[in-house]
Amino acid sequence: MEKKILFKYIDDPLQVNIDTYMSHGGYKAWEKVLKSMKPAEVIDEMKKSGLRGRGGAGFPAGMKWSFIPKDSPKPRYLVCNADESEPGTCKDRVLMEHDPHAVVEGMAIAAYAIGSHQAFCYVRGEFAYPAAMMEKAIDEAYSKGILGKNIFKSGYDLEMVVHTGGGAYICGEETALLNSLEGERGMSRIRPPFPAIEGLYGCPTVVNNVETLAVVPQVINMGAEWYAAIGTEKSKGTKIFSLSGHIKRPGNYELELGTKLSYLMNDLGGGMLDGHKLKAIIPGGSSTPFLLPNQIDTPLDYESLAAAGSMLGSGAVIVIDERTCMVWVIERLIHFYKHESCGKCTPCREGTGWLEQLIGRIEAGEGQQGDLEKIDSICDNILGRTICPLGDAAVMPIQSALKLFRDEFQYHIDNKKCLVKTEFEFK
Amino acid sequence: MILKEKAVAEIKSRMVRYPHRKSAILPALTVAYRQEGHLSPALYREIAKIIEVPYIEVAEAASFYTMFPKEPVGKYLIQVCHNISCALLGADSLIHYLEEKLGITKGETTPDDIFTLISVECLGSCATAPMMQINDKFYENLTREKVDRILEELREQARNGKENTV
Repeated sequence: MEKKILFKYIDDPLQVNIDTYMSHGGYKAWEKVLKSMKPAEVIDEMKKSGLRGRGGAGFPAGMKWSFIPKDSPKPRYLVCNADESEPGTCKDRVLMEHDPHAVVEGMAIAAYAIGSHQAFCYVRGEFAYPAAMMEKAIDEAYSKGILGKNIFKSGYDLEMVVHTGGGAYICGEETALLNSLEGERGMSRIRPPFPAIEGLYGCPTVVNNVETLAVVPQVINMGAEWYAAIGTEKSKGTKIFSLSGHIKRPGNYELELGTKLSYLMNDLGGGMLDGHKLKAIIPGGSSTPFLLPNQIDTPLDYESLAAAGSMLGSGAVIVIDERTCMVWVIERLIHFYKHESCGKCTPCREGTGWLEQLIGRIEAGEGQQGDLEKIDSICDNILGRTICPLGDAAVMPIQSALKLFRDEFQYHIDNKKCLVKTEFEFK
Repeated sequence: MILKEKAVAEIKSRMVRYPHRKSAILPALTVAYRQEGHLSPALYREIAKIIEVPYIEVAEAASFYTMFPKEPVGKYLIQVCHNISCALLGADSLIHYLEEKLGITKGETTPDDIFTLISVECLGSCATAPMMQINDKFYENLTREKVDRILEELREQARNGKENTV
């Protein structure tokens, strides 16, 4: 079912103003935390809520916070990951544009929980408007004494800075993000050490996604038990799904985890665009394996999508209809991953290039017998052999397409043309 | 100096917000790009001097980030998303339409230096596809009619000699 926690005030144009935000109970959780909760209590509350990271990996947020060493003499940093770049994903932008104070408040609470006095919000460079909305919200919060020195007379100080990137998908990966924030090229770091031990400037750091942080104030206000009662046994709460592609009503929808994919696509999305037949669905952003039409009733939660052979990922549902050539889809995706590979690990740097050439030539009608086996082999040699998940992300949709639509790829090679081909026209 | 006083002041005010000044490289590159529309070694030198880091560190970072053009572009940089969600709704036909309207092919600049057309990866506007970014602004749910109107408005702005607000 649709359930609006993050999106409760999303349609109120005044929600971006601090006074309106506060009239809706905003910054009450921040005040409560500062005045009456110890950092360890905040972390416990988050663990009890079962909130998992909404950026893609789904790691429990409270657990992540608890990895910060209690006795480190170094400063700690909280970083909000607003580098939203996974193709199909457009939810964090909506939160920053329409409810930026919720993100600020969530960042503040997370910072307090880990003992951080300096928080950064890393916004992808192209998001000039969302970044401006975040800066405005932060300025308003400073002017009310909600950020800065001695907040709510608690003695706690917190500085918050918006940092904009330079258009690199890889910077959504947390260690690449940290390098980028340090002024370096956005290349991933080998783990361990994990950011919780050695993150930003070599200090303990937590990196959380925008959507994860934006719900934190609600968890504090309403309590962990309230939040944990929403969703399924292992997938708690709600999640924003970005619905795009061949669908009548694309958009961002907030659903209770465990809601059926068919409900999102048909009841909310209005069904297939122009009545065409469904061919495939990417359920969690472009790096997640495809689902087939007979899987449309899969519940949207971490476990069910894993059991269906895919992933919840960032919650970006891309709908593909029967007119679409899957070789063309994969060519589009591998071009992206090739472009975005940072070049640090050889399997990813070289492998994505080879994949792009092979898939490109099949799409161009110049495929050769044996190309699919070559693609299989290259995929096997990238998967799990790189220091960050970009290599895996590039390979997963290709392996999935070759498994589910292998005949279509073979047809392309044998007949030097698409099995189905539509030149999609914009209106 | 290429960087104007206002740009230098903004870089300096951003620089002091970080525990380490090197973090200001990306914000400084953004400020420089907004003023000039593209980056160049001369700008890297100026930025290096302001932040007090070696020139090579600025150049090295700049070369990694594809959002900043490294060659001059037109007054309006049109970036059409060609990634999957937009492609499913006709991004390729949008690019062709713009090529025809502007009389250039992708990657080129119009002879009057007003428009440069390129295609880019996903811009996080998937539920409002197809879309394009022109300088800092997103234009979404594009139709032929909308594109015609946008181009006309921008041409008008360019004729009136409005400042380059990337």
